Parts: sequence; C-alpha cells; structure tokens
Amino acid sequence: MATLKEEKNKRVKKTDKEKNQMLELFRQMYLIRQFELACGENYTKGNIRGFLHLYIGQEATAVGSISCLEEEDYIITHYRDHGHAIARGLDVNRSMAELFGKKTGLSKGKGGSMHLFDSAKKFMGGHAIVGGQFPVATGLALACQYKKTGGLVVCYFGDGSTNQGTYHETLNLASVWNLPILFILENNKYGMGSAIDRVRAGGEDFYTGVDTYDIPAAQVNGMDVLAVKEATEIAVKKVRQTGGPFYLECKTFRFVGHSLADGQKYRKSNEITEWEKQDPLVKFPKWIKSAGIATDKDLEKIKSEVNKTVEKSVEFAETSEEPSKSELDDDIYKK
Amino acid sequence: MREAIKKGLEEALDTDPNVLIMGEDIGEYGGAYAVTDGFLSKFGPERIKDTPISEATFIGTGIGAAAAGLRPVIELMSISFSLVGFDQIVNMAANIRYMSGGQIDVPMVIRAPTGAGVQLAATHSQSFETWLAEVPGIFCVCPSNPKDALGLLRSSIKNNNPVIFAEPALLYGLKGDVPDEYYEIPLGSASISQEGNDISLVSYGAGMKILHETSEILAKENISCEIIDLRSLSPIDYDTIGESVKKTNRLVAVDTARKNGGIMAEVVANVQESFNDWLDGPIVRIGADDVPWPYNKNLEAEAYPSSEKISEKILKTLI
Ligand SMILES: Cc1ncc(C[n+]2csc(CCOP(=O)(O)OP(=O)(O)O)c2C)c(N)n1
Ligand SMILES: [Mg+2]
Repeated sequence: MATLKEEKNKRVKKTDKEKNQMLELFRQMYLIRQFELACGENYTKGNIRGFLHLYIGQEATAVGSISCLEEEDYIITHYRDHGHAIARGLDVNRSMAELFGKKTGLSKGKGGSMHLFDSAKKFMGGHAIVGGQFPVATGLALACQYKKTGGLVVCYFGDGSTNQGTYHETLNLASVWNLPILFILENNKYGMGSAIDRVRAGGEDFYTGVDTYDIPAAQVNGMDVLAVKEATEIAVKKVRQTGGPFYLECKTFRFVGHSLADGQKYRKSNEITEWEKQDPLVKFPKWIKSAGIATDKDLEKIKSEVNKTVEKSVEFAETSEEPSKSELDDDIYKK
Repeated sequence: MREAIKKGLEEALDTDPNVLIMGEDIGEYGGAYAVTDGFLSKFGPERIKDTPISEATFIGTGIGAAAAGLRPVIELMSISFSLVGFDQIVNMAANIRYMSGGQIDVPMVIRAPTGAGVQLAATHSQSFETWLAEVPGIFCVCPSNPKDALGLLRSSIKNNNPVIFAEPALLYGLKGDVPDEYYEIPLGSASISQEGNDISLVSYGAGMKILHETSEILAKENISCEIIDLRSLSPIDYDTIGESVKKTNRLVAVDTARKNGGIMAEVVANVQESFNDWLDGPIVRIGADDVPWPYNKNLEAEAYPSSEKISEKILKTLI
C-alpha cells in the first residue's frame, strides 16, 4: 500500500476535486486535534469530568478511513471516540456539549465522553467496556446483510481489546456468517499502561493472526492519512464485493496519556518524541504544500476557521442549559 | 483508605508465599487507583502479575490457582467489569466446592472499586456487590473506612472461600485511624458506628458518610440515631441489626446502589420476618434511583441518596 513518500514521488497532477478532498482531510484532522486540546483544557477547568480519553496522534486513522464510507454504513467504536465522531461529521457543538454534560449534548448529557452516539449518522457508540462493541458490530452487520442495504459496518478497536474473548468470538462469527464488517484495529502499542509485548502472544503485528479466522487482512501506516484512505478504499471495496469481513490494522500512536489521569511512567524513553516526528498534523500539511495543493495562506485560512468552530463549540457547551432533574427517568424505556 | 488496603496486601505478600496478585495494569502502571503502586519492584513479576484485558480468563485463572493451593488476590479496575467474568465467579468459583462435595477449596479474593459519584456514567458506576451477595458459596464485604478495610482484608485473604472485596471508589482518599496492633475483622460482622436510642440507620460503604450526615440533621430535631455499618453483605449480621432494632424499634435502610434489588431489600425483608414485634413503625428504605447512572453531575447527584432526602423521608414517615 502506498506511503506518503511514494504518493509524493508520483507527482501526479491533482484535479480540483482531489485537491479539495486533501484539504478536507487536513481540515478534519486539524479539527479533531483542536477539539481534543480544548477538551483537555476544559477537563482541567472542571467543565468536563469522569474519564476523558484523547485521540491526539491518531487523527489520520479515523479521518483517512471514514472518508471512504457511505451514509448507509455503520460505525461502532470504543471509548476513545471523539475522533471517529468528528470524522463522521457529528455536530461539533453537540459533541462538546455532551462532554460538558449539557442538555444540548448528543445524548442529552447522559453519556459523556466515552459514550457518544448519533443514530442519524449511523454512529452507534462509543462503548466503554473493553471488547463490548465487537458482538454489537456483528449484529449491525447481520441487519445490513439481512435487509440487503448494501451497507457495511466499521468496527474500531484498540490493541488491548483483542485480549477479550468477544474479539475472537466476533471474528469467528463474522467469518462463518460472512458478515460485512470492516474491522479497523488502531494499534497504538499500548492498552492503558500495558505495552503489547507484555500482554500479547504473537508479537506486535496483529493482521497476521487473523488468518485463523479466514478473514483477509492488511496493515497500514496509521499516521499517514493518504495511506489509510487508500487501504480503506481497497478494504471497503472488498467487503462490498464479497459481502464478508475484512481486517485492517493501522499502526498508530497516542501522543498523550491513556486518560487525563495517566502519568505515562510506562513509556519507553524517547518513544513519544520519535512518534511525534510522524505527527500527521505536521507531515500532511507539509506534503500538501510541496505537492502544490495549497499554500500556507490557504492552510492558515482553514485553521482559523476550525479554531473558531472549536471556540464556538466550547461557548455553546458552556452556555447550554443543564438537563432538568425531571429528565433523570427519561429514555430508559421506549414509550 | 488506599494505604490501609495496600498495607493488608503487603502484609499478606510478606507472610504467605502462596499469595499473589493478578490484574490489569497492577504492576508496571501501579494500579488504576494506585493501590498496588510499587509492588512490582518490591515483590517481583512472579507475584505481581499484570494481565491482559481478559477478565473472564484471569478471574478463572485465579480459581484454578486457588484450587491448586495458591491464594490469589485478583484486582478488577471496576466492579462493573466483573460482568465480563461473571460466569467464572458465579458458575465456577462459587459452585466448585459444593459440586465437588467439599473436595476443592477456592481461597481467592476479588477486589474491585465500586459505586457511583464520580461521573463515570452508566457502564462504570454500578455496584454489583449487591448481585454477588446473593450467590451462595462466596463471601461479600465492603468497608467504609481504613480500619475496617485492613481488618476485613486480612480475614478475606485468610478465608478459604472466594471473597468479593468491594472498595467504594469514592473513599480511596478517605483518612482514618488504623490501630498499630494486629487485628482482624471477621467476615459476616456488622458494626455499630454510632450509638443512639431513637432510630437505627443501616448502610455500608459510601453510604456511611450519608448516614452520619443524616444523624446530624436529625440531632437538631432531638432524634438520636444509632448507625449500623453492614460491612458484610454476605453473610449479613442480623444479630447486630436485630439488637439495634430491639433498642430503637425503628429501622431506616439505605443503599447507594439502585434501590431495586439492592442489598437493603434483603435486610428489610429479614428484619420484617424476624423482628416484626419489635418495630414501632414502617421500615424506611432508600436507595439510588432505579435508572442507569447518568454522566451529568446534577442528574447523578439527583439519583444518588442524600442526607437531605433521607432525613426528610424519616421525618415524614416515622415521626
Ligand atoms: C472490560 C473492561 N476492562 C477494563 C477496562 C479499563 N480500560 C479502559 S481502556 C483500557 C485499555 C484499552 O486499550 P486499547 O484497547 O489498546 O485501546 P486504547 O486505549 O489504546 O485506544 C482499559 C484496560 C474497561 N473499560 N473495560
Ligand atoms: Mg491501544
């Protein structure tokens, strides 16, 4: 699969449409980064509480892959869900308001950071029990298959979650029933403080182990948004053709702690600095400029618009109403 | 509180070579709530075992290890995650001794933070000690202060059965005196946390602070409260509760878990059966609202029992 460098060497002339696509990828990644920075700040201020897991460093994975999806496709993910939500186009104001626990939030303030949902966008959660999303992804895919919607399910998960039984059970069932699921592993080398080599048999690569389940699999550099996009395009095409599962491993890294409560004592020295050299928010805009897609000025314009969007989302969240106490019992049962 | 639990674990590791600890991120990371911080370097990786995120399997591993003569202490990051290993706890740990006609013991402790109050929302705020307390074959305790935590942990690790040791997440930072001389607190014993004459209040864990606040409010109305700390949810110490009811003739039972199916439903039913003649009024039962725990702070507080709500209900119902 092509890397940024190969892509650059091709020096193909981009059409306007392609250029705009590239800029949109940049815009989304930058939006996620700024959103996450704002979340961190507001956690410190006490506006956001509970557990907060940031997506900083992993932006290229969500943005590259979700750019290949259609409206009828479902997304389901784990608690590190802000990046997927934003890449799917969930309302930024309502997302921030949810983190602030406000009535205007995506889930009316009831779910919080780890449990973002937007069923209209087929964004089926944010799930905070590690491994909990796998079986549900199977069911979403069963419905797609049963109803012949043509849609597929993208199931995001972390390296740590592959040690739950549900992971293995789901890969098996998805294969046996030939269900349209694209499994996207975000291999950021750690599950909380546990480095892969301390908790996993079989080494640092996961895609090779999927053979057992007879599911086609590939690996891609998750820090390279174009590579992720290209790999996902191939994967999605395959799922639509065969109706069955595909497994894509994205090698990525979080530049920050597991949650805001993490001192990161477990990191190997220099590791973060090394990975930061691959920061998609540094490398990709550089490439955009060198490929003649946009100038500094164009990028600055995008940035300042995004900055405003994020500022406005914080303002929206801050000024939104709290849910009223009478709402406590709402939404337990469907009336 | 954290220090007391830590002390109990260190002591067990120091004195019994068969004790070992297993759980997610308990070693290198030092534990999600920092209880086992420093243990890895002190006791080594053979006894401080970081596990993969595989609750069913490492709980089951504890069962097997216990059946073969070790004394594993399992740490869960949250009692909500016990659900992933429920089959192992309920079907296996609790039943093996009985099914084998007493041939096999499972001396294992499962420690887990429990309860709501820190805005972790529906999946991370539950109190499943109330579910586990129903299962015959396992003990279930929950301390409300550092002294009890150490005394109960000592007994739990020495016990030859599976023990659920629920640690209220809200209380890890709680300060309190811990005696220097060695003591144990037997499983199945409640304590009188405050003596009084007019009403008996019972709760456990994070509920105890609420009972003491309630007592202060009622003291202003010249009502003297006796406060009982259940400490053990299985078995329940009905002797202590009964004695108190005989003295005050009134009972108020408070759960910080959901009211529906909470352990106080059990307490109330048993007191009703056994001490009905001693009661001078209806038993008052209060618990958390029967809703999934909301993330929003105000809603969470609304669902949680408070001393205001409790004292109001007492004044309305009993006085
Ligand atoms: C069943 C369960 N066990 C433990 C946890 C606590 N926990 C939350 S995230 C996490 C690490 C998961 O790592 P990974 O799947 O690699 O995802 P990442 O955080 O790296 O994105 C753990 C142990 C949980 N939420 N659910
Ligand atoms: Mg990970």
